Amino acid sequence: MPDKNTDTTAIRVRGLQKSYGSNHVLKGIDLTVQKGTMLALLGPNGAGKTTTVRILSTLLHYDTGEVTIHGYDVAKDADKVRTVIGLTGQSAAVDELLTGRENLIMMGRLYRLTKESATARAEELLQEFDLVKAAERPVKTYSGGMRRRLDLAVSLIAAPPIIFLDEPTTGLDPRSRIAMWDIIRKLMDNGTTILLTTQYLEEADQLADQIIVIDGGKVIAEGTAKELKAKVGKDRLELVFKNANTLRQAEAQLKADVADINPKEYSLTTVLNDTNKDIRGVLDKLATHNIAIDSLAVHKPTLDDVFLSLTGKQTSTDKTANEEEEA
Amino acid sequence: MAAELVFQKRSKLLGAFTDSWIMIRRSSTHIIRNTDQLLGTFFQPIMFLVLFSSVFGGSISKALPPGIPYLDFLMAGIIVQTVAFGSTTTAVAICNDLQRGIIDRFRSLPMSNLAVMNGHVISDLLRNSMSTIVMLLAGLVIGFRSHASFLEWLMIAGILLLFTLAFSWLAAIVGVVAKSVEAVQWLSFVIVFPLTFASSAFTPTDGMNRYLKAFAENQPISQVIEAVRALILNQPLGNHGWLAVLWSLVMLAIAVPVATYLFSRKSR
Repeated sequence: MPDKNTDTTAIRVRGLQKSYGSNHVLKGIDLTVQKGTMLALLGPNGAGKTTTVRILSTLLHYDTGEVTIHGYDVAKDADKVRTVIGLTGQSAAVDELLTGRENLIMMGRLYRLTKESATARAEELLQEFDLVKAAERPVKTYSGGMRRRLDLAVSLIAAPPIIFLDEPTTGLDPRSRIAMWDIIRKLMDNGTTILLTTQYLEEADQLADQIIVIDGGKVIAEGTAKELKAKVGKDRLELVFKNANTLRQAEAQLKADVADINPKEYSLTTVLNDTNKDIRGVLDKLATHNIAIDSLAVHKPTLDDVFLSLTGKQTSTDKTANEEEEA
Repeated sequence: MAAELVFQKRSKLLGAFTDSWIMIRRSSTHIIRNTDQLLGTFFQPIMFLVLFSSVFGGSISKALPPGIPYLDFLMAGIIVQTVAFGSTTTAVAICNDLQRGIIDRFRSLPMSNLAVMNGHVISDLLRNSMSTIVMLLAGLVIGFRSHASFLEWLMIAGILLLFTLAFSWLAAIVGVVAKSVEAVQWLSFVIVFPLTFASSAFTPTDGMNRYLKAFAENQPISQVIEAVRALILNQPLGNHGWLAVLWSLVMLAIAVPVATYLFSRKSR
């Protein structure tokens, strides 16, 4: 048993497997989350994200593997695990007929907070999550974004050191999503360990320290957003010129480096093997020959590119976009 | 974090009691906030009482022993029927919790597993008690007169509370097993309706055919009805009293562990 005070690992999962009959939902997941960091579990619908979170948060039994949360074994010490975790699921898990404040205090009491402590903490969270005005209203009158905020506030009522966020922004409008991101960032500043699942690449990119891409119940890639992007492709430099003449001159000078050329827009693209060094090289070459540049841009590969190259599938965001176009 | 969090140290047993208390308060708040249901709690029993006594009273009173008005005979039956139908609320409430995300929240908290169901069952007991009191008052207004002493009324209350508790726990099983609230409603209907009607709740069993009569006289609900009726009419209890208590205890002994087990297994 590792000493809990010095162990820097908050979540440790090894060889996690789960099947429903012949349907193998998880085929051996490994992941480690260090204390005070955020791991994003990224994958399409049905990849096994929610199943993983449900197992880690003691809601679901698993078949084989090893899961330790804060040093406690999920299978043997579920009650201990429950004292150190907070869970925010896909559907807002709050009581519709109770008011926002009543929900917070009730859950705080169930976390074994004293009545005074639960009440004080509820007040603090209502302020922090901008719910003071709605505190006396039954939750059934709340908007989607307010529900999610309350749901997250409820998970934080006893300030657990580890939080599971299962697709916290799915179904939210862009404004509510950004508000939610701000709240999550604040949590991270407080040193909370977070495991977030998302189908949105942008979300993982924006928030997470580490990203694990899962598909079909398996980990298919892991690393920082930067590392994952680097796996897929190199940065590209796009140069735009004033007219066809300068474009032709530039092309003649850069020759082999040119990856793509667009005569209509007087632009060309070069591949950057070493971003800093190569940009300077290109610009120096153009400057010595007095070729004027109208504008330039460095394009980094997006996580969408990562996903596509890893799974051969489009991401859900792309899919939705396509569906919308078709519709 | 501004405020210092203060946690209570609770033993497992005390923790379970506190959790149940919190959940009873939750479910009771539901009952109070759910205006439609609350209206039903008051009006349905009054409606049944008035309808049954005025529609059936004339014909059935001829089959009753002389000197017993139908309303006095009916009272025990209609109270038990109302309580049995009322248990559906427990099933609906539990099913509702299971359908929604909130059950995941409760399960991920360091709380007693039994507390969620305890909350619904106990608050239902309170609601059914209110129904019963309303019905008795309405009965008094339209001419119901009891011959029971105070002590006998205490016995009536005891038998009814125990039966309600047991029946609500049975309903809890339905609530856990059913896939939707609609399923709960028809399942409860299919179980509760025949059980309360194939009994001595509304008429003496003499007019029923042999098999129905044998069932109606011996099934648990009839024992409870007969016990309450004997006490109300100040007649000898016979075996009905202890049989009513025994049946309720048997139902409890089966339903509590079964419901709890199914509840903890659900969706795992």
